[in-house]
Amino acid sequence: MFEESLAEGRSFLHQLDPRVKVVVAFSYAIIVALSSHLLSLIWAGLFVGFLFVLAQLEPRRVLRQVLVANYFILLLVIVLPFTYPGKVLYSVGPLSLTKEGAIYALHIFLKSNLILTCLVLLLSTSSVFTIAHALHHLHVSEKLVQLIFFSFRYVHVIHREYQKLMAAIKLRGFVPRTNLHTYKTYAYLVSSLLIKSYDRSERVYKAMLCRGFKGVFPTYKHFKMQRKDKLFALGAAFYLIFLILWAF
Amino acid sequence: MHISEGILPASVLVTGAVLTIGATALGLNKLEHDKIPQTAILSSAFFVASLIHVPLGPTSVHLLLNGLVGIILGWIAFPALLIALFLQAILFQFGGLTVLGVNTFNMAFPAVVAFYICRPFLRKKSKWAVGVAGALAAVIGVGLAGIFVALELAITGQQFIPVAKLVLLAHVPVIIIEAVITSVALGFILRAKPEILGVKV
Repeated sequence: MFEESLAEGRSFLHQLDPRVKVVVAFSYAIIVALSSHLLSLIWAGLFVGFLFVLAQLEPRRVLRQVLVANYFILLLVIVLPFTYPGKVLYSVGPLSLTKEGAIYALHIFLKSNLILTCLVLLLSTSSVFTIAHALHHLHVSEKLVQLIFFSFRYVHVIHREYQKLMAAIKLRGFVPRTNLHTYKTYAYLVSSLLIKSYDRSERVYKAMLCRGFKGVFPTYKHFKMQRKDKLFALGAAFYLIFLILWAF
Repeated sequence: MHISEGILPASVLVTGAVLTIGATALGLNKLEHDKIPQTAILSSAFFVASLIHVPLGPTSVHLLLNGLVGIILGWIAFPALLIALFLQAILFQFGGLTVLGVNTFNMAFPAVVAFYICRPFLRKKSKWAVGVAGALAAVIGVGLAGIFVALELAITGQQFIPVAKLVLLAHVPVIIIEAVITSVALGFILRAKPEILGVKV
């Protein structure tokens, strides 16, 4: 479920300093999200293509992951062409499809998917723990970074717990339907999950105290910017400035 | 429902980000160091719970549970939900980075409202009061979240108003299901493990 299979690899992007990746991904996302010209997206697309080359991942795997997240965009792409005022291209009954609406929908679809693809290529090529570590070095609040570490560590454990509970429920002949019994069963499932997690968190914390935990994670490993990291950062900075000039 | 990247204008994105940063700082302030593992594990439990799909007629809906998070965590719901949404954004690309502020606010602000409105009911110690508190938390949590998403879309442009209406409509069945689930779950937690809610029996 959360195996982070894209993070395995030895390509240029996999080895790039994660601090650079986080900063570039975030800046790219902001610029593209706010860009107002459809044509500037060609330049934005070039960057994503460039990242594909650097990441050496199968494009199909990346695109599949991005497209799955498109359900909200799909709703917009279906509705917007009919609700945007403009020149009518085609009408069915009370609905009329406008040219401006279709272009607008296309714009949003491209923007959203370019950003998501860029995020996958830059951030999913590092593990979540590495990203959290990079956030620590980028001066994100200490408590927040610790929350990320613990949460991601326990997402796996709790998911396995959930599967175990679900298997137990199914073994007792439970078939989910639209009725009160089903909803009550899910309520008990959720509360058992919370209670088990709470108990586990107490055990974990006590075990950590036994091993001398004092409220901070010392960092032994420090990222070191190498020449290729600096080059990539510099190139990306120039590119992003260029993109800003085009996008607004 | 998470809003995706590339839809909202700068004004909405910035407002959401500023409000979320402020409220998260407040939540982190209230979060003591020894409570971090507990909060994080609750945060991941809610992350997993949001993957649970509950059947509704021919389709299914997934749980939000932000009302329940609110009752348990209060202001700390902000950092907890921010983390859950951040993980969803980088693991599944649900939502995104630039909309993280807005999406967190949509989920966590209703959670805090639910905290202030529903918490007093728990002191009453009657079964009914607890049931009402749970149902109310779900109505506030999911209902307000839906209203915020719809409002943000409506502010973005006139063309989004039909979509905003659809979003509101889609939240109605979720409100009803979550009201049942939250009120039963809250009763169960109060009986089996009241410490989670910090309530003495």
